[in-house]
Amino acid sequence: MSHILEVKGLTTAFTGDYGTDITVDHVDFYVDRGEVVCIVGESGCGKSVTSLSIMGLLNRGGAVIDGSVLFDGKNLLGLTEKELDEIRGNRMTMIFQDPLTSLNPVFTIGSQITESIRIHQKLEKEESRKRAIQILQKVGMPDAEAAMKKYPHTLSGGMRQRAMIAMALSCQPALIIADEPTTALDVTIQAQIMKQLQELQKELGMAMILITHDIGLVARMADRVYVMYAGQMIEHAQVKDLFLAPKHPYTKALLATVPGIYDSPERKLASITGVVPEKYDTIQGCRFADRCPYMKEKCLTYEDNEILENGHEVRCCRVGEWEAS
Amino acid sequence: MSNKIQAKEPLIVVENMKKYYPIKGGIIPHVTGYIKAVDGVSFTIHEGETLGLVGESGCGKSTLGRQLVGLEKPEEGCIRYAGRELTGMSEKELRKVRTELQMVFQDSHSSLNPRKHIYEILAQPMLYHHIATKATIQRELERLLDMVGLPKSVLERYPHEFSGGQRQRIGIAKALSLKPRLLICDEPVSALDVSIQAQILNLLRELQQELHLTCLFIGHDLGAVNYVSDRIAVMYSGKIVEVAPAKQLFQNPTHPYTKTLCNAVPVLQIGSGKPETLL
Repeated sequence: MSHILEVKGLTTAFTGDYGTDITVDHVDFYVDRGEVVCIVGESGCGKSVTSLSIMGLLNRGGAVIDGSVLFDGKNLLGLTEKELDEIRGNRMTMIFQDPLTSLNPVFTIGSQITESIRIHQKLEKEESRKRAIQILQKVGMPDAEAAMKKYPHTLSGGMRQRAMIAMALSCQPALIIADEPTTALDVTIQAQIMKQLQELQKELGMAMILITHDIGLVARMADRVYVMYAGQMIEHAQVKDLFLAPKHPYTKALLATVPGIYDSPERKLASITGVVPEKYDTIQGCRFADRCPYMKEKCLTYEDNEILENGHEVRCCRVGEWEAS
Repeated sequence: MSNKIQAKEPLIVVENMKKYYPIKGGIIPHVTGYIKAVDGVSFTIHEGETLGLVGESGCGKSTLGRQLVGLEKPEEGCIRYAGRELTGMSEKELRKVRTELQMVFQDSHSSLNPRKHIYEILAQPMLYHHIATKATIQRELERLLDMVGLPKSVLERYPHEFSGGQRQRIGIAKALSLKPRLLICDEPVSALDVSIQAQILNLLRELQQELHLTCLFIGHDLGAVNYVSDRIAVMYSGKIVEVAPAKQLFQNPTHPYTKTLCNAVPVLQIGSGKPETLL
């Protein structure tokens, strides 16, 4: 079976008064039907730009300059806006981090969900209303019928995000992209919403791309993980392999920086020195080299991905070697 | 760590503290009710101890922190600091005591004056409170920057020139400049990336040990709070529902809310506590 989404060599650049910045640099990844793929990385590493490039939602001087995005075998980058609209919001939808700014404040929740159903599924008004109520119940909105008449600002953060998810699921998409869906929420609400989202994803057989910086969430949700750093995919593995045996020094360091609630008081957090580079498209060789404790001379010219067994990919020239030193 | 908690009078005693915010409504605006942000909270912090304060957003944990340094006036209740009542003090007395109670804010961008150099931001309070004189200020500043791991070249730069992590280091330096005994950290790492978060948490822990600071660490990330705290208090809708030593709280939570909280945290440590929730 072919992949539902296959991204090859995706390169996105932003042009401003200062020149051109390549924010996403030759990113390759794929998503199979019904699986959850996580893209994890720190802020500014290009993970949101990747998702916006796929959805065709780049603005302010951003443009995809190279590569292809195959959704169900069709290259999305070659489509016109009109053709894209038939897929976007229908077969492929997105959940944003901040539901208050992505919901329209002057329309009720109900009218926003039914609008999307009516446009994409070509259903009658009454029927789409029923569908909307059904989907709101599914995402765990208490008293769905009353919620239909409410405006976004009258709902709490968690309820707003539920409305957002309902809207994204209303057309039973084949792929859903969730960009930091619970970052703005409390842990208890996050746990509820992620559980619900996971159940719905299984029930409807959707594929999901979860973009996050929360490594705990990755462990809970993902089938496969891509680690992104400075605009590049630096490691890709099954979630188990990644957590048990990370092959990139950055991934290993990232896992070691997370404080847990069952830590012993003696544990000292490992920290990565330095900061994520702000402008990274001019860096020669490995982009993590200046923060990497295992850096050697050859790192400064290295570009390619190594492929290990079981689909484990890593962008490090000292793979298998740095662990020993 | 338990040897730090001694039987003598705690540094901070908070008794039955309350803070209500009025809700206004109606055609002719009048007070229709109150939001009980802090509703009868009591706790103590001993010298040299770090108390973590966790809870969901809107439960009143920040208000509580602001009350301790006098940024909010409590409705009712009292705060005793080193045996002296803070709540009944005059402005003049309070100003003196406040140098010993300092705060690190979540948003280092809005808590540093954008029009001043770091030199001015750090030096002015020290000169005003006679912590340093014109002659010694340069040496004092360098010592301070060294403590938080910044080069001395930062002094002639402005806050916007720094990354979030560096700005938070400046925020910490600013809080430490008046040689406080109690440091209140209100979500100091929640705006930072994980790799930077670890740097700041490590810095805070080192400083605590080095300077023998007493801390109130407010946060919603249970892992981070656990990392720096000796004891943790759990707050829920304006009340403290559970206080326990850090380790004990997460291993054996007793209050239902604490249990929910513990179960909600995604766990990834391999071979620790709860392996079944991993993967």
